[in-house]
Amino acid sequence: MGDKIATRDAYGKALLRLGAENPDVVVLDADLSKSTKTAGFAKEYPDRFFQMGIAEADMISTAAGLATAGKIPFASTFAVFAAGRAYDQVRNSVGYPHLNVKIAATHAGITVGEDGASHQMIEDITLMRAIPGMVVLSPADAVETEQLVYAAARYQGPVYIRLGREPLNVIFPTDYQPEIGKAVTLREGDAATVCATGVMTEKALIAAEQLAQAGIQIKVLNIHTIKPLDEAAIIAAARATGAIVTAEEHNFMGGLSGAVAEVVVRNAPVPMEFVAVQDRFGQSGKPAVLMEEYGLTAEAIVNAVKKVIDRK
Amino acid sequence: MLSEAKLSELKEKARQLRADILRMLAAAGSGHPGGSLSAADLLAYLYFYKMRHDPGNPNWRERDRFVLSKGHAAPVLYAALAEAGYFPKTDLDSLRKFGSHLQGHPDMKRTPGVEFSTGSLGQGLSAANGMALAARLDGIDNRVYVLLGDGECEEGQVWEAAMTSVHYRLNRLTAFLDYNRLQIDGNVEDVISFKDPGSRFKSFGWNVLECDGHDIVAIDQAMTAAEEYKEGPSLIILRTVKGKGVSFMENQAGWHGMAPKIEERDEGLKELGF
Repeated sequence: MGDKIATRDAYGKALLRLGAENPDVVVLDADLSKSTKTAGFAKEYPDRFFQMGIAEADMISTAAGLATAGKIPFASTFAVFAAGRAYDQVRNSVGYPHLNVKIAATHAGITVGEDGASHQMIEDITLMRAIPGMVVLSPADAVETEQLVYAAARYQGPVYIRLGREPLNVIFPTDYQPEIGKAVTLREGDAATVCATGVMTEKALIAAEQLAQAGIQIKVLNIHTIKPLDEAAIIAAARATGAIVTAEEHNFMGGLSGAVAEVVVRNAPVPMEFVAVQDRFGQSGKPAVLMEEYGLTAEAIVNAVKKVIDRK
Repeated sequence: MLSEAKLSELKEKARQLRADILRMLAAAGSGHPGGSLSAADLLAYLYFYKMRHDPGNPNWRERDRFVLSKGHAAPVLYAALAEAGYFPKTDLDSLRKFGSHLQGHPDMKRTPGVEFSTGSLGQGLSAANGMALAARLDGIDNRVYVLLGDGECEEGQVWEAAMTSVHYRLNRLTAFLDYNRLQIDGNVEDVISFKDPGSRFKSFGWNVLECDGHDIVAIDQAMTAAEEYKEGPSLIILRTVKGKGVSFMENQAGWHGMAPKIEERDEGLKELGF
């Protein structure tokens, strides 16, 4: 593990390469280009960067218009504005006509920290995955982010990419090649499975290590694609381990927890626990303090695994 | 400049579009006649004179684009597209029916010639801006047209988009405002005091023109003036009558979203000379 890198920084880096490789890639931002890291693309490719001002609804529908003419727009702002404020535009201008728009939303979840609940998006997975045909990506580190941004650009259709503000450890090797719709097994075990996404994937690995020291071997599935969900991998994990814990920096309702539960109950019912925000708004504070307060820690995953095993 | 022969052809097209609107809405049993009839002259002018388009090749890269931002006026768009040959006119009878490509509001994925899916008001100008920006990047000299409703301008996104059009100096974009002064709940001015759209758009930096929206010569003159303006986008305010051409529908908010019964259809067709 080297230096920590935020997934938003990896996104900015990926955009630079896409800009060089594909003249149809264009980027839109709503007055947050320094925070969303689209500013590098703006500097390098000013003709293909569209500053839209603080007008997220307009940004999303404009991106849709660009896509109708063959462009591959990446529209960026904070997750709370992209998925929340502009929901109707994402639904009607992008989702319904299944346009080739990529919405790269940064500052997702409570690790936004000091800005508080107004800026801490804990509902975006739910909102975005409810739109028919929308792909929802939630990378766990910088390497995965970069590869998924390239994959999103190659994919024809709408994609929502959930990114964060906080620097994270890099957990994947540089030659890692994630594939949209395919869960990644990071660790094998038979006592239970943890399905984790985003910042919680590294915590799941830490929890697995702690549990292993106590003689409990768990499987860890990294769910970088929340939609289309890798149902086969989840069903197989449920059958093989008999218990599932989900881990997400998001409200459990309709998030990764809801998505995995929908698959499990219909195909391989097993006990489940949700390490997630428990239907509360966030608040101001240091990210690490908030993660503790909201129960989004490796320790919380350890406890959830023990609990779910007891319920088997 | 419109020739006399072309003008009478366009008037006839507008009359045809109005008849088709009545026929398809009566067949559908629901839908929006008022704001469809008010836009018939504009669509006749655009689809049968002004626009560069090819019904045999709806995806022609260099075509002009028309975005019906007030998507509930889908009947007038469908009538124009059918008349132009994008699909058979017999399809119009399937409007709003299960399995039809003619959805209650325009669906670009189902209907050839529909440039953008609309229906949730306020999004069309933004999309038209995106189309104009893409054309500029690609060096295509097409034009983009968008039709807004006056009630629609109550949506905040219209004004976000209005700033964008000016910021990017989209001089190949022309917006039309169907200024028929009525919306579902009554007079636009009573609903939310939306007065003097011209000065509002002017203050946003638009080149604003105004004309009788049922006078095709006047529309053409305004369009010529819009084309001569190179600094940015133009708005042409079309003074229109909601329900135009069918006396009992004219200026009646109640006909915003109610389909004519068979006898009402026939009465309207008779008035139109059919």
